[in-house]
Amino acid sequence: MVEGQIAIEEYKTGNTEHTWDLQQIKSAHKVLTTFSYKKGQVTKGYANRTLYVNLNTGVISEKPVTDEMKKMFTGGRGFGLKLMWDSIKPTTRWDSPENELLITTGPLCGATEYAGSGKSLCLSVSPSTNIICDCNVGGFFGPYLKFAGFDALEIQGKAKQDVVVVIDGEKGTVTIETAPLEETNTHVLSDQLTHMFATENTDKSRQKVSVVSSGTAAEHSYWGCLNFSFYDIRRKVPRIKQAGRGGLGTVLRDKKIKALVVKVERFDGVSNHPADPITLANVGTKLHREIRNLDRYQCNMRAVGTGHLVEIMDAYDLLPTENYRFGSFPKASKIYSPKFYELFTKIIPDGCWHGCTMACAKTVDGYTVMTGPYKGEKVTVDGPEYETIGACSNMSIWDPLWILEFNFYCDTYGIDTISAGTATAFYMEMYEYGILNKERCDGLELCFGNADAALTLLHRIAQGDSGEFIKVAAKGARRVKDWIIQNGWGEKQLVEDAGMESKGLEFSEYVTKESLAMQGGYGLTLKGPQHDEAWLIFMDMVNNAIPTFQMKAEALHYFPMWRTWFGLNGLCKLPWNDVEPANNAESSEPSKVPEHVQNYVEYQNAMTGWNVTKEDLIAQSERCYNWQRAMNVWLGRGQRKDDWIPFRAMGPVTEMEYVSRKERYDKYLVEKLGKAQKDVDKMTVQEKLTILYEFRRNQYQKLSDAVYYRRGWTQNGIPTPQKMKQLGFSDKKMLKMLQDKIDDDEKKGLNVWGGIYGKGEQPPITEKRYWEKWK
Amino acid sequence: MNNPTTVKILKFHTEKCKNCLECEKACSQVHFKTKDGGEKSAIRIIKTENGYRMHVCDHRGLCLDMCPVGALSRRKNGIVWLDVDTCIGCQACVGFCPIGAMRKADVRIEPFKCISCGACVRACPEKALELVETKIADIQEVVYHKLGV
Repeated sequence: MVEGQIAIEEYKTGNTEHTWDLQQIKSAHKVLTTFSYKKGQVTKGYANRTLYVNLNTGVISEKPVTDEMKKMFTGGRGFGLKLMWDSIKPTTRWDSPENELLITTGPLCGATEYAGSGKSLCLSVSPSTNIICDCNVGGFFGPYLKFAGFDALEIQGKAKQDVVVVIDGEKGTVTIETAPLEETNTHVLSDQLTHMFATENTDKSRQKVSVVSSGTAAEHSYWGCLNFSFYDIRRKVPRIKQAGRGGLGTVLRDKKIKALVVKVERFDGVSNHPADPITLANVGTKLHREIRNLDRYQCNMRAVGTGHLVEIMDAYDLLPTENYRFGSFPKASKIYSPKFYELFTKIIPDGCWHGCTMACAKTVDGYTVMTGPYKGEKVTVDGPEYETIGACSNMSIWDPLWILEFNFYCDTYGIDTISAGTATAFYMEMYEYGILNKERCDGLELCFGNADAALTLLHRIAQGDSGEFIKVAAKGARRVKDWIIQNGWGEKQLVEDAGMESKGLEFSEYVTKESLAMQGGYGLTLKGPQHDEAWLIFMDMVNNAIPTFQMKAEALHYFPMWRTWFGLNGLCKLPWNDVEPANNAESSEPSKVPEHVQNYVEYQNAMTGWNVTKEDLIAQSERCYNWQRAMNVWLGRGQRKDDWIPFRAMGPVTEMEYVSRKERYDKYLVEKLGKAQKDVDKMTVQEKLTILYEFRRNQYQKLSDAVYYRRGWTQNGIPTPQKMKQLGFSDKKMLKMLQDKIDDDEKKGLNVWGGIYGKGEQPPITEKRYWEKWK
Repeated sequence: MNNPTTVKILKFHTEKCKNCLECEKACSQVHFKTKDGGEKSAIRIIKTENGYRMHVCDHRGLCLDMCPVGALSRRKNGIVWLDVDTCIGCQACVGFCPIGAMRKADVRIEPFKCISCGACVRACPEKALELVETKIADIQEVVYHKLGV
């Protein structure tokens, strides 16, 4: 029998079916505020207004999007930054009432013709980092928000009781309603709300509703994520994608928002009213064909999603294992993508937005939950993606079913799999050393590989357990480091260097020890160590294409800017380089995928009617990138000390790690540090570790010097007013703030290079206040 | 639900064709109410070295599993049908059709395809076209996946 071609109405997942008394749940809603707006038309990708909701005052209003705003900030994350700058204060923290949660779209968001055009960009001051965290996420909410009439949703204030905010694009109303009876956990809540707010009792109608929610663990943790739903007419469940990083779900629940709901009347590929729909469809179809012809030979995304990376990372010693101590593991083949392929439901469209034929959003249907409150239920698990699998390999969990269990509960409890996995891996390492133990961990035996304990930790966080460890563990690796050091349980340097966080955010799942450029890709970032700004490991480590500091700095300029561009437009990055034209290797710069860059130039022009070049795309990003860094400075961070990364990201922290890759490191000492082989042979492991530590720390500082200079920042990493003016900014408050900070740094002696330069070496520029000459 | 087991698909008698393109004109009349043919026709007659060949959907149905909104379905008579009201114009079916028979005309975002209506058969003065009853099981195809790695 041919698998596939199953009529939509006949499709079965085997999930446990629920029936809710939706009328009873709905009748408990009390409408607190209603705002009616005039429905409008999206023109050339813009709705031309944003929606402001204040939960303290009940005020709901529209704000116009000006041409100046489009010119300077483009859209999406750029609009988010601008709106936040106008609304928060330098003292704003994640739980301040004036902190905002933003969901933005971007001019290309919601197009159906080009794969990966349905991303929402979320921003808030993060509980983990105390600076702005931006997260991109799939699902239908962003596109529907725009088609309901708004380029962005800006939420300020806190409600007194649990509420839902409903944007009804059919009626043209926005309401704030109390929602006392709904579940909080996503897999139930989004199902309830999707059914409740669908206009008709049909799957097609339910597909026009999208819900943003989090879960009970987000109320007690800094790892809260936002789950964006997209109703699947075949599986008949609202599936979810996560804005995972930085605790945005924590902010959502702190504002007492149970969910955000949006619905649209109708939409299609021209609801954005592109300036040139014909070109848009042609460019989109070209990419569909490329994916059809090449994906199976390249990334195989359509079959296994991002999980195809597991075997590649394991082969290159990059798969994080036992808290990044190792990059590969003998058991790793148990979690290679074919193992998940066996579990995934096949042959149905798996895009997280309509028309995405990259289709990486895989699911396991009819999965039987093994632990916790939903034990025994059969559910759809969205994922696992590579990062979730990597988070589990980091905890030394090598059973696909336990990975699914971890994935399911993180999602429904509303927490980020990456942060939870990376932090728990760190706790496990501390447990192995006896720095933590069963007593200190409130009875949890957090040894590597103990999946049951990892799940119990999640359940106890979700229950609001008052154990000291549970409470601090839920706040992440940074807070646990401080807690361990305060208690005097472990050597400070070991604790600091083993816990994989920077700026307070946990690392995502790549081992960066042997790639200096990728260390910069994690450390010299805006929001913290994630891989959406730059992924340079292969270019740097495998192909050795960027050997000098200057070349690495150029890569750490271009790629973060280029990748930022997707977030300004509401796009997913995957269709850029996770499928490549067949002749890409013969192009001038294969790592940039020039043909696809040209697609995006044509795409943005076709949508907006502009006449931009590929250089203009980078300029769009550079404005927003610098603006965000400047806002981080304004919030008290965003400087060299904040770009610190733990040594585990740079090299071996423990003797065991050194010995496990002895040949590699001994060779490094000879080749890179110029040590004589016979001297290396005589050294103790500890001596070798110390030398490597000093050398690589200095390498990182030199890299930071080169990158700051390339980006137009001071030696302390502050964007200069001169650079901001070059980018076209004239905001006096911003320029003065930066100048004051630079003057203050001068007094404190911080305007100096961080690297120690030996004979024949020099910093990027010897002149001290080099930026003052820039016009 | 009783799933259809057969479908009528077009058969082309190349030796009879004189390239008058009446079939294309009839087809664009069905889809776009114009006699333009060409880009607006689901059936195309293409000149080859030895004569002519027909290029049209054969209802193998690979596109059925591509549609994110359920606009494509197999109707009771077995044909693969695109519901224009449901379609959101993503072009996934256009891009993934292995023979390029799901078409897109510049005049609208939604694609179009052969519906085995027989307009072209009736329009052909040379009787070069006919609709032939075929078993679906013999022609159907699904979206490929590389099985494992």
